[in-house]
Amino acid sequence: MLSAIVFLPLAGAIIAGFFGRQLGERGAEYLTTSFMMLALGLSLAAFSRFALGHGEPVTLTIFTWIDSGALEVAWKLRFDALTGVMLVVVNTVSALVHLYSIGYMAEDPHRPRFFAYLSLFTFAMLMLVTADNFLQMFFGWEGVGLASYLLIGFWYHKPEANAAAIKAFIVNRVGDFGFVLGIMGVFFAFGSLDFSTVFAAVPEQAGQTFEFLGMRLDVLDTICLLLFMGAMGKSAQVPLHTWLPDAMEGPTPVSALIHAATMVTAGVFLVCRCSPMFEFAPVALAVVTIVGATTAFFAATVGMFQNDIKRVIAYSTCSQLGYMFFACGVSAYEAAMFHLFTYAFFKALLFLGAGSVIHAMHHEQDMRHMGGLFRLIPMTWMMMLVGTFALTGVGIPLGVLSHELPNIGFAGFYSKDAIIESVYAAATDPGIYAFIAGIAAALMTSFYSWRLIFMTFHGPHHEDEETLTHVHESPPVMMIPLAVLAFGAAFAGMYFADDFIGHHRGEFWKGAIFVLEEHKALDLSHEVPTWVKLAPLAVMLTGLAIAWHFYLNNPGLPARMAERKGLLYTFIYRKWYFDELYDLIFVRPAYALARLFWRDGDGWLIDGFGPDGVAARVMDTTRRVVQLQSGYIYHYAFAMLIGIAALVTYFMAMGAQ
Amino acid sequence: METLQQDLLIILPELILALGAMTLLMWGVFRGDGATGELNILTLVLFALVSISVFSGAPEERLAFHGTYIADGFTRVMKLLVLTGAALAVIMSARYIATERLRRFEFPVLIVFATTGMMLMISANDLVVLYIGLELQSLALYVLAAYSRDSVRSTEAGLKYFVLGALSSGLLLYGASLIYGFSGATGFDAIGNAVASGGQNIGLTVGLVFLLAGLAFKISAVPFHMWTPDVYEGAPTPVTAFFAAAPKLAAMALVLRVLIDPLFAIAVQWQQIIVFVSIASILLGSFAAIGQTNIKRLMAYSSIANVGHMLVGLAAGTQEGVQGVIIYLAIYLAMTIGTFVCILAMRRPEGMVEDINDLSGLAQTRPAMAAALLILMFSLAGIPPMAGFFGKFYVYLAAVNAGLWPLAVIGILASVVGAYYYIRIVMIMVNGEPAAPFEQNLGFELRVILFGAALYNLAFILFAAPVIAIAGAAAQALFN
Repeated sequence: MLSAIVFLPLAGAIIAGFFGRQLGERGAEYLTTSFMMLALGLSLAAFSRFALGHGEPVTLTIFTWIDSGALEVAWKLRFDALTGVMLVVVNTVSALVHLYSIGYMAEDPHRPRFFAYLSLFTFAMLMLVTADNFLQMFFGWEGVGLASYLLIGFWYHKPEANAAAIKAFIVNRVGDFGFVLGIMGVFFAFGSLDFSTVFAAVPEQAGQTFEFLGMRLDVLDTICLLLFMGAMGKSAQVPLHTWLPDAMEGPTPVSALIHAATMVTAGVFLVCRCSPMFEFAPVALAVVTIVGATTAFFAATVGMFQNDIKRVIAYSTCSQLGYMFFACGVSAYEAAMFHLFTYAFFKALLFLGAGSVIHAMHHEQDMRHMGGLFRLIPMTWMMMLVGTFALTGVGIPLGVLSHELPNIGFAGFYSKDAIIESVYAAATDPGIYAFIAGIAAALMTSFYSWRLIFMTFHGPHHEDEETLTHVHESPPVMMIPLAVLAFGAAFAGMYFADDFIGHHRGEFWKGAIFVLEEHKALDLSHEVPTWVKLAPLAVMLTGLAIAWHFYLNNPGLPARMAERKGLLYTFIYRKWYFDELYDLIFVRPAYALARLFWRDGDGWLIDGFGPDGVAARVMDTTRRVVQLQSGYIYHYAFAMLIGIAALVTYFMAMGAQ
Repeated sequence: METLQQDLLIILPELILALGAMTLLMWGVFRGDGATGELNILTLVLFALVSISVFSGAPEERLAFHGTYIADGFTRVMKLLVLTGAALAVIMSARYIATERLRRFEFPVLIVFATTGMMLMISANDLVVLYIGLELQSLALYVLAAYSRDSVRSTEAGLKYFVLGALSSGLLLYGASLIYGFSGATGFDAIGNAVASGGQNIGLTVGLVFLLAGLAFKISAVPFHMWTPDVYEGAPTPVTAFFAAAPKLAAMALVLRVLIDPLFAIAVQWQQIIVFVSIASILLGSFAAIGQTNIKRLMAYSSIANVGHMLVGLAAGTQEGVQGVIIYLAIYLAMTIGTFVCILAMRRPEGMVEDINDLSGLAQTRPAMAAALLILMFSLAGIPPMAGFFGKFYVYLAAVNAGLWPLAVIGILASVVGAYYYIRIVMIMVNGEPAAPFEQNLGFELRVILFGAALYNLAFILFAAPVIAIAGAAAQALFN
């Protein structure tokens, strides 16, 4: 039954992909969606067994994959608490997105292909999270990359979609290169790729060094940093984040599933899965903290001035992933996983809500052309509000008053605050940096989230008359997933906080996450000063107030600021010039090099002297040889006699020597 | 002690064939041209009888008529192959000579006479027998080439073949006389002894060159190939098919016999000739074929190139190499016969067509035939797992094992050039705009031959083992 969780989506993908025409569009939709629902049910059972319950970790061997010399890799499915959490996240969002897509994609002529890709993605993601060794994880890792590529470029007739798909693929390649090197490093250092074998041997390798790139480096730090490079690519961390905003060219359900809730969290999952290694790699942990904090801050600044509704949420995704990483960096893996868990609900909710808005607005995505929609699509508005509450972390920290009283709030309130408190409690230099960045990012998160709500749903109408008359609430098939996610965004934090990060976390994780004794950030996070506990709430309210002032109280202000084109504004609006910089450093030289190789290297040198040149010489020879065949009998006889004379002469000459 | 009776028993196949040929001739003379159909069937029956007679002969070496005639495992295999080729040619001709108004009773009779000559060539163990067999064969072939006597092209082909054939016979006779002069014998065994004891001798070498020139003409090896394209193109198609199959086999058998049996002691000399002729044939065959638009001419150059590839195995001068040549022959027979069936099928209401572009779009108009031709072309190009690949594989393996690296490299590179024109035909068939369709009256027997040949080439790998074993036994018989 456990393996059915993984293989039901694969079956759905194969059937819908290869027999979509026979099944029909309806058939493909219903088949894949019902398979996903089934997988979701099984995942919930697995979650309650391995995470909530007392189920011991289980490993299912499917068959041997590679058995070559010292390298032995088998297809194995590993189920433990960590996997259980990921299974729920992945399959919940995936099943709901399948359902939602039935409504959202209703007018698309290629639905079987779309649903096949969605199911294929889900399969690859499940392979990733159930992997029992690094290579299988890499299989899933590449599988989700492929599905992401296919789905970003799903509308392949749009040039931007194709460009975005290629960009996502190539930027991920950079990260994957590091990941592959990391895997090789693991095999080099440990002689195995199995998680259990490797993790058991980690303490022996602590402090060891090896030769890499001509330098003597610490084994574990190097491997962890290489693995983290992969995580940076997949989870869109600075400086490998540039693909994520562009990936919004894909259909919105794809953005919700892959580029918000599941695939991009694979990097966080990787770090948590490898916590036994990262724990012994202090340098790597510091780097993780700094990169995460930088991303959280950077992405939040950019999110403030974006006008495309999906891009705002995309930068928010980037920023929230940064939170998860810096939580990992201070060894608060449980907090990172908890944020991953709650975040999946509210981020999917926000994306699907945005999709609902876009659907209502007939594929208008620019928020400057929206306004006052809350009366026209009240259900969507309410859902988006729940998502915003959860993202910005609305809650009442009653715990500050007395330890007896529970905190009450939306999901993000628990997880994000736990992360901010953990980094403060870690009291390391990177931790303090992350704390400051995290607080600043929380302020900006609140600002851009409310800006989105105000620009879209409140204020005067900016839509043209034509659009306005057609604005309509989405069908139930789209609203039901929103409602389910809204429920999760509202209550998942409150319900699960104690299990994930509270006093029962030991029983919950059952060793799936390893933390050294001396890394006490999460323990100490409950003891931080009161001002630290109140800070996120305060900045959240501040952000709300600023957004209100700019977009409801004094709506002309932002436009005037944009007019002035201040240096800072332009810098942030152009996304810190990352794309321009990469274009200059990598893309253009690559094009130039490619052109050199193509025109001069391949076209002139290889084709000229290779195929084309040889072919031309062959034709020349042919022409000459054919001319020999004159048809005159005396020519023929002459050729025979010349031949025999030549042979005889040859032997005479040879014999004379 | 030999007796006439024993000798006659040993040459029983040839006797049956010769007597049968004369009987068929009489039958034809008295019954007239209307009897061609019956004669075809009788010819096939005759071939079947002779085949049984050959097959039932003991495989060990038997000499007759004072050692001028030999029958052993090698002759057995080669004769059966020749008989198969000749029989297939008769079957292929039946419908053609009817529709092309060539129905005269001499056709099957001439084939039988030619076949008799080939049988004698294969079993020759003496220069005189060799010459008699060769001439008997050639005389019949000259007539066959000009068989369509109202056609200028056919007549021209016959004349060219005759004149150049006479020249080559002269060269061969001159070589034979030189060899006789320097070794004092015409029997292969005696020549062998004389050569082995006499050591290197320039006169003998010159004789060898002339003898080989005469034989090279028959297998159309460069530079004695010039007649081939013109005769292939001019002769009626079933005759061309016969030319490409049976006489090639017999002449190649003769070359093998002469070089391996009596002249093995001066292998160093003839190896150089064979290497030269082989390279020249492969290169010329491959390059010249590219320039052809007529498919029969193309097949002529293809046969030149294929002979070159076969000679690679002979150049190795080892039993392994000879085995490779025999395997190659067995495969080449099927490839070439199958292809000529396709050429026979290229008939439109207005008559036969022979241009490669007439095959355009065949994959749409005649998919089954196109598939068969595709297999044959891939096989000729030597693409695994088709039979043609194995043919090349074994000869080149032998060459490499014998240390003939440069020859192998040149041959294989040239076969890449050769692959181009075979695959071009496939491309025209598959990608071309459909040309006017061919007539559908291919006939049951031709269909069987075509798809049989295609299947043989496609599935060769399944029954490669016995073919290789038979070829190995034949090669061993030659070396003992």
